[in-house]
Amino acid sequence: MQRGFLNQLNSSTLKPGETQLKIDDVQLNFGGVTALLDVSLEVRQSEILAIIGPNGAGKTSLLNCISGLYRPQHGRITYYNGEAHELTRLKPHQIARLGIARSFQNIELFRHMTVLDNLLAGAHIHMKTNLLSCLLYWGPAQREHLQYRRFVEDIIDLLEIEAIRYNTVGSLSYGLQKRVEMGRALAMRPSILLLDEPMAGMNAEEKEDMARFILDITEEHGVTIVLIEHDMGVIMDISDRIAVLNFGQKIAEGTPDEIRQNPLVIEAYLGEETSVFPFKFHPKTETSD
Amino acid sequence: MDSGIFHTTYEKDMALRRTPAQKVRLVLLIAFLLVFPFLANRYYLTLANQVAIAVIGAVGLNILTGYTGQISLGQGGFMAVGAYSAGILTARLGMPWWGSTIAACFITALIGTFFGIPSLRLKGLYLAIATLAAQEIIIWVVTHWRALTGGVDALVVPDPVSFGIRINSDFNFYWVAWSIVGIVTIAAVNLFRTPYGRAFIAIRDQDIAASVMGVDLFKYKLLAFAISSFLVGLAGALTAHYRNIVTWERFTIDISVLYLAMIIIGGLGSITGSYLGATFITLLPAVLTNLGRALKSTFPAIDSVLPFIQQATFGLVIILFLIFEPEGLNKIWKNIKDYFRLWPFSY
Repeated sequence: MQRGFLNQLNSSTLKPGETQLKIDDVQLNFGGVTALLDVSLEVRQSEILAIIGPNGAGKTSLLNCISGLYRPQHGRITYYNGEAHELTRLKPHQIARLGIARSFQNIELFRHMTVLDNLLAGAHIHMKTNLLSCLLYWGPAQREHLQYRRFVEDIIDLLEIEAIRYNTVGSLSYGLQKRVEMGRALAMRPSILLLDEPMAGMNAEEKEDMARFILDITEEHGVTIVLIEHDMGVIMDISDRIAVLNFGQKIAEGTPDEIRQNPLVIEAYLGEETSVFPFKFHPKTETSD
Repeated sequence: MDSGIFHTTYEKDMALRRTPAQKVRLVLLIAFLLVFPFLANRYYLTLANQVAIAVIGAVGLNILTGYTGQISLGQGGFMAVGAYSAGILTARLGMPWWGSTIAACFITALIGTFFGIPSLRLKGLYLAIATLAAQEIIIWVVTHWRALTGGVDALVVPDPVSFGIRINSDFNFYWVAWSIVGIVTIAAVNLFRTPYGRAFIAIRDQDIAASVMGVDLFKYKLLAFAISSFLVGLAGALTAHYRNIVTWERFTIDISVLYLAMIIIGGLGSITGSYLGATFITLLPAVLTNLGRALKSTFPAIDSVLPFIQQATFGLVIILFLIFEPEGLNKIWKNIKDYFRLWPFSY
């Protein structure tokens, strides 16, 4: 079924399956702590790629490297949208302008704004009216405001948050805030959407809703999604490919079925010899893939 | 009876005044401002003009501190830049008052932007200290660069003249000041429903998320300083033209604190709050003085302690606000509106 949307939510021009983001040997250190070690990963257009791993495995660090909040000491992150962009040298706002949107693990919405204003703020990179026109709210500024109001209404419809559009975000429940945060990222018209634990702390029903929205976003709009999540059931059901991190290293990558049977993954999750984990790299994980 | 207000187009829904009550209130306010000067005596007109200047300054500071979250203790210094620029351009170069006022706004915006550069690295209290340095540096320059500013001596500015009318009375200045307040209000209100204003609020609420949304923190923080200083410079320039005399004592750190008090009491991040706070803080000393005079016949001793009572009351009011209504007068005003909106059904 194809729903009618007035506006395209996806800004990517690549064909499904083409390489969109290529992470090469990324290494990230914080002082003496190695958060990521030689991580290589490829993200393809219009797929749902899940990144899983135990707490502290470096999943969020990897997303932070992609969106420019951390600068890896080693390695390259290349983004393709017709031409190649090296992301490790760019500032977060420049990376955002290329079409990489994200949500955060701990909700980082603009708390004092309404849901509508949060979504409009998400579309910031597309608004081009000059300051004078804005101060007068004249001609172009007014037209642009109206145009993006229609645009965010599409997102409001998609995420089923019609009833709360005038509410201040700070007053909403946790589950709804997560949903609004995803909407704000979507308002950027992203080509890649990075979601950091979009379902953490939700009940089963909210998780189902969220999974449905995520599927809608890729299936109807073709937006690529990179997802960090702990709920294995959801991950196995919705993702096309899964990458597993453990102690900063990628230990496996593949389809849900392959991952389910991978002995390294099973070990990392079931935690054989768990007692040595917190202090040292597990010797067996260094053999990788 | 209406069960609510329902808009059928996005235009109507996004209008600033969405309900009949809001429109009525706006008309009443404008009518009051138009009739007031014909009814008030000179004392009240003076107060009204002071309020107008304070409103412009408070809106300026609120854009920076209330909306963008960059605490500034440099308000007095930036007002000094505005006042001295306007004063020097008019008194020495003979520029018309409006020309020197506009020039003063841009000069202050430039200097404000310069002193805003530390905000890229500093946040909160650390930034407050950096802007405090701006305040002190500006006042030091003003008092020591004798050739330009006249140093500690007062700079005398001739009366502004507009369309052949000499604006030397409170009545004439009232129209100038409040027209400018009107323009400033419209611009400020529009700013915060367009991308620039939203970016400012986004920086205040979550600067990391804002940068990941594509907001260039460097550009927008400096822009906030520029716009804010522009308005603060405007307030300073108007002070110069209104008082006909510019002295550095009028722009000390006390003024910076006073303006911070205005926006805290009025409501951080609110244009209406800037209005209410500026009015409140400007009128409070006058009210206290009048109260003291009224009580003098009954308690003759009050005359000697009146200044102390004024200051103590001032401090007390701020503390009480912080405790009982941290969101300021604007929140109280909202509560009153909400009460009457639901009246007589209070649930």
